[in-house]
Amino acid sequence: MGIIKAKKLIHDYEKIGEDGQVEAVYRAVNGVDLDVQPGQFIAVLGHNGSGKSTLAKHLNAILLPTEGTVWVDGMDTRDEGKLDRIRQTAGMVFQNPDNQIIATVVDEDVAFGPENMGVPTEEIIARVEESLKTVGMWEYKDRSPNRLSGGQKQRVAIAGVVAMEPKCIVLDEPTAMLDPVGRKEVIKAARKLNREKGVTIILITHYMEEVTDADHVIVMDQGEILMQGTPREVFSQVDKLKEHRLDVPQVTMLAHELRKQGLDVPEGILTVKELADALEALEK
Amino acid sequence: MSIKIEHLNYIYSEGTAYEKKALDDICMEIPSGQFVGVIGHTGSGKSTLVQHLNGLIKATDGAVYFNGENIYADGYSMKALRSKVGLVFQYPEYQLFEVDVFTDVCFGPKNLGLEKEEIEKRAYEALRQVGLKEKYYKKSPFELSGGQKRRAAIAGILAMQPEVLILDEPTAGLDPKGRDDILDQIAKLQKERGITVILVSHSMEDIAKYVDRIIVMEKGRVRFDDVPKKVFAHYRELESIGLAAPQVTYVMQELKNRGMDVDVQATTVEEAAASIMAYEKRQGGK
Repeated sequence: MGIIKAKKLIHDYEKIGEDGQVEAVYRAVNGVDLDVQPGQFIAVLGHNGSGKSTLAKHLNAILLPTEGTVWVDGMDTRDEGKLDRIRQTAGMVFQNPDNQIIATVVDEDVAFGPENMGVPTEEIIARVEESLKTVGMWEYKDRSPNRLSGGQKQRVAIAGVVAMEPKCIVLDEPTAMLDPVGRKEVIKAARKLNREKGVTIILITHYMEEVTDADHVIVMDQGEILMQGTPREVFSQVDKLKEHRLDVPQVTMLAHELRKQGLDVPEGILTVKELADALEALEK
Repeated sequence: MSIKIEHLNYIYSEGTAYEKKALDDICMEIPSGQFVGVIGHTGSGKSTLVQHLNGLIKATDGAVYFNGENIYADGYSMKALRSKVGLVFQYPEYQLFEVDVFTDVCFGPKNLGLEKEEIEKRAYEALRQVGLKEKYYKKSPFELSGGQKRRAAIAGILAMQPEVLILDEPTAGLDPKGRDDILDQIAKLQKERGITVILVSHSMEDIAKYVDRIIVMEKGRVRFDDVPKKVFAHYRELESIGLAAPQVTYVMQELKNRGMDVDVQATTVEEAAASIMAYEKRQGGK
């Protein structure tokens, strides 16, 4: 069984009127199946309102299913007795770095999680050092988080989750509020965790260039899975993505356009090098 | 409305430990009706620069002219300036505060002292311009989605019918659809009404698609100021200051390096495709 598994997951948001009665029901996630294997890097794409953040919040029991079931490392998220263990297994990083930093010094912020778990002090110290080093923020350990850039704050937030040693980290649009440099830093830190420590990563984003080397891409639309597969499989369907007004990396778009105009280049090109190779091959 | 900036300097927290020169001897002219993109790494001074343009920050030194008038001259009405220069901040939806969307959009024109009828006419027009559906007009701003709130906030500025519209990262945090909708509407307004638009953005692809001219800020100074093609030709320097060119620029450079005679100045997918197709035709003809 996968580290995270969802079966026919449905989530309804209810709007409660002034009289306390349910006025309206909005279905944000509609029958999603998911099976994430340990060590995978999964990317979830979709518009605002596609249900991707709602889905993410089910993966560490912030939300519970209206119907269907979610298991985190075999534990049903509805099992209240296992809530702590579920959240320690699947850590979460949110969009706004300012909302998730609580301490006045970087290393204290990172220590907050393991401290609450009752980890012995010496071990906390070791974990804080290791996680700050993993995200490249060790030299900032004595700084005030207030004076860090958005990308740096977000890496501190990731270190705080890493220090709890989760098997899986869910990042809910961690780069949406960052500049291009900050975005790269955060994605690099996530990849490093995945490759070097084998942490399962579930990255929710709308930046296509962040997903091109994920193992598996899931595209959500109106609460359902619209497409899924390897990045190449998903980005081979440029017309379908465009129809749903999702972005495609410029190089993929260019290859698609050239193909439409009669050049024999393959679909699903993801990097500059791939396109240059394909065009060079035409010359021979 | 033309804008002229002369030797503008701005120092934050002067005389304290945090003293920082945010703008360093900036000079530029922006003719009426231009669509200008301002790019720069976080902390490069781009937001500080645009906040000078409606008098929100007063320069430590230097002058800003609107239609030839110095805004720092005695007796110059900052209030009149702000009615002509609309500034949309980052995350403008945090500034929505009225009971419903329509009332919120009316707030700006109401403060201009206009008649009720004119205020409402402008509010409807602005809401249509940003593409917000009528069913949301009487809703509380807090019931809207992120993209809808953003539109409502921009409508609030448009309802003042500014001659210069400044947008500081108007699409940060929006999804691709929301981003395209908002930028398309702004480009349309710029063309139809001939207003000057200054767009601060991190997205090189957006900038390449819409603007006539790019100003690149670095450490409080203007590093490049030219048409997009010429600016993106400096892609290596842009990278060294934490920026990048659109991805197609890299494709064209790579092809050129491999000996294919394509236009390295192409910055959009359409231009790049046309250039590669033209090259392939020439090859086929040989």
